[in-house]
Amino acid sequence: MATNEPLKRKQLLQHIGIHAVLVALGCMFILPLVWMLSTSLKPIGETMANPPVFMPSEFQWKNYWDAIVYGRDAVGYIPFFVDARNTILVCILFVAGTVVANSVVAYSFARLRWKGRDVAFAITLATMMIPFPVIMVPIFSLFVKLDWVGTFRPLWVPAWFGSAFSIFLLRQFFRTIPFELSEAAKIDGCSEWGIFYRVILPLAKPALAVVALFAFMGAWNDFLGPLIYLHSQDQFTLALGLQFYRSQQASQWHLLMAASTVVVAPVIVLFFFTQRLFIQGIAATGLKG
Amino acid sequence: MKTRAAEARAGYIFAMPWIIGFSIFLAYPIFASIYFSFTEYSVLKPAVWTGGENYSTLVSDEVFWKTLWNTLFFAVFFVPVATVVALGLALLLNTKVRFLAIYRTIFFVPSLVPVVSLVILWIWLFNGEYGLINTILGWVGVEGPNWLGDPKWSKPAIIFMSTWGVGNAMIIYLAGLQEVPQSLYDAADIDGANAWKKTINVTIPLISPVIMFNVIMSIIGSLQIFTQPYIMSETGSPARSIYFYSMYLFDNAFKFHKMGYASAMAWIMFIIIFGLTLLAIKASNKYVHYEGG
Repeated sequence: MATNEPLKRKQLLQHIGIHAVLVALGCMFILPLVWMLSTSLKPIGETMANPPVFMPSEFQWKNYWDAIVYGRDAVGYIPFFVDARNTILVCILFVAGTVVANSVVAYSFARLRWKGRDVAFAITLATMMIPFPVIMVPIFSLFVKLDWVGTFRPLWVPAWFGSAFSIFLLRQFFRTIPFELSEAAKIDGCSEWGIFYRVILPLAKPALAVVALFAFMGAWNDFLGPLIYLHSQDQFTLALGLQFYRSQQASQWHLLMAASTVVVAPVIVLFFFTQRLFIQGIAATGLKG
Repeated sequence: MKTRAAEARAGYIFAMPWIIGFSIFLAYPIFASIYFSFTEYSVLKPAVWTGGENYSTLVSDEVFWKTLWNTLFFAVFFVPVATVVALGLALLLNTKVRFLAIYRTIFFVPSLVPVVSLVILWIWLFNGEYGLINTILGWVGVEGPNWLGDPKWSKPAIIFMSTWGVGNAMIIYLAGLQEVPQSLYDAADIDGANAWKKTINVTIPLISPVIMFNVIMSIIGSLQIFTQPYIMSETGSPARSIYFYSMYLFDNAFKFHKMGYASAMAWIMFIIIFGLTLLAIKASNKYVHYEGG
C-alpha cells in the first residue's frame, strides 16, 4: 500500500494539470464566439467600452432586427431573407445531387467488377490533389458559353455528376457491407438496381448522412463559387450578402456581429444534432487514406 | 459468364454520372487550361496563341513574386503551427481525461464557423483600438499592434486566426490516437517509460501516417489560401502584405480578364504543390511507420 500512495498522488496531480491546461486552452478557443454573441447583444455604447463588457447591461435583441429586417430603405441594406432563401435553395440542390450521384457511382466502384475500375478509382483519388484554380478558367468559360453565369446552376449542377471526395468516402463504407447480402438478393431475383436501392442504401444511411452533412457545410460556406458566378444583389447567397454588408457597415460592430451570428447559428445547431456523425465522418476522412 | 458481362455493364451504367462529370469538369478543364496558359484569352474573345509569353512575363512580374512570397510565408508558419496545435490538443484529449466530449466540442466548434462570419469576427477581435486581443494584451502590460493595419503584423494575424480552426485536424489525430493498441503502452510501462517517452517512442511513430496525411492536406490547402484574406481586404492591404497567390490569380482572371495569364499562374501553383508534396513524402519516408508494410 505504502508504495502505491506516491504514485496515486502523482497521477492525481497529473490529472489536475491536464484539466488546468485544457480549461485554459478551452477558454481561448471559445472566447471569440462568446465575444461575438456578447457584442451582438450590446447597446452600441458598450461595444467599444474599456474595460470590455462581457455581459451586456441589457440584452439588445433589437440589434438582430436592425441587422436583418430593419432599414429596407437604408443605404447598404442587405435583403437577408432573400439571401437566406437563395442559400437554402442552392444547398438543397447541391446536397441532393451529391447524395444521389455519389451513392450510385460509389456503388459501382465498391461492389461491381468492371474492366478499368481500379485504374479509374486511382485516377479519381489523384484528382483530389488538383488545385481549383487549375480548372477554374475553362469551367468558367464553359458556363459562359452555356449562358449560366448569373444563375445558380454553376453552383449546384456539377454536384449531380459526383465528386472524388464523396465517392471515396462512400466507397470505403460500401465495401464494409458483407457481399453475401448482395449474393442472397441476387438469388432472390433482385436486379443490380434492386440490390443497390433495397439492400445497400438502407444499410449505408450513416455514411450517406455524413456525405450529406459535408455537402451542406460546403455549400453553406462556399464563397468563391458565388463570388465568381453571381453578380446581382437579389441572387446573393448569405456568404456574399454578409461580405457586402460588412463593406457597408464599417464599424457598427453590434450589427455586424448580429448578422454574423445569424449565419453561424444554423451550422452550430446542425452540429449539435448530428455530433456523432460529424466526428465519425471526419475521423473516417483521415484514417482510411 | 453472362452474369459477369451483365455486372460489368451495370458497373459502367452506375459509374456514368462520374464518367461524364469527370470528363466535363476535370479532364477537359485540365487540358484546356494547359492550352489557355499559352494564350491570351479574355473569355469574350477566342484565345490567341502567344507561346510561352505568359510564363516569361510572370518571371518579371513583381506582384507575382510578392504574392508567391506571402503565400509561402503563410504556409511555412501555418503548417507547423497548425500541426503542433492540433496534435497537441489531440494528445491532451487522449489521456483518458474526463469530460472528453465537452472539451472536444469546444476545440472543434470554431472550425465549423462559416468563413465570412469567421473573418468579420476576427477583424473585430484584431481591431487595434477596441479589439479584445489588444485589450487582453493590455492587461499584461503589452501594447498590441494595429494587427490588420500594419504590414508587419497582418500575416501573423491571419496565421493566428487560421489556427483557431484546427479542430478538424484534431479530430483526425484523435481518431488515430485511439487506434494505438493499449498493449504497446503496457509494454512501455514495464520498461519504465514516462509519459513523454511513451509519446515520442510509441504514439508519434504509430500515428505518423495520419500526421503525414494531415501535413500534406494542410500544405495543399494553405498554398491555396484565398477567402480569408480576400474578405479581410480584397486588395491585400496594407501594402499588399496579405495579397496572396490565389487572390492575384483571381484578380487576373476576373478583374483584368487575363484568363491565359491566370491559367499560367495556376499551373505554376500546381507544380509547386506537386513538388512540395513529393518532397514531404520523400522526407518522411524515413520517419513514417506503416503498420504491417
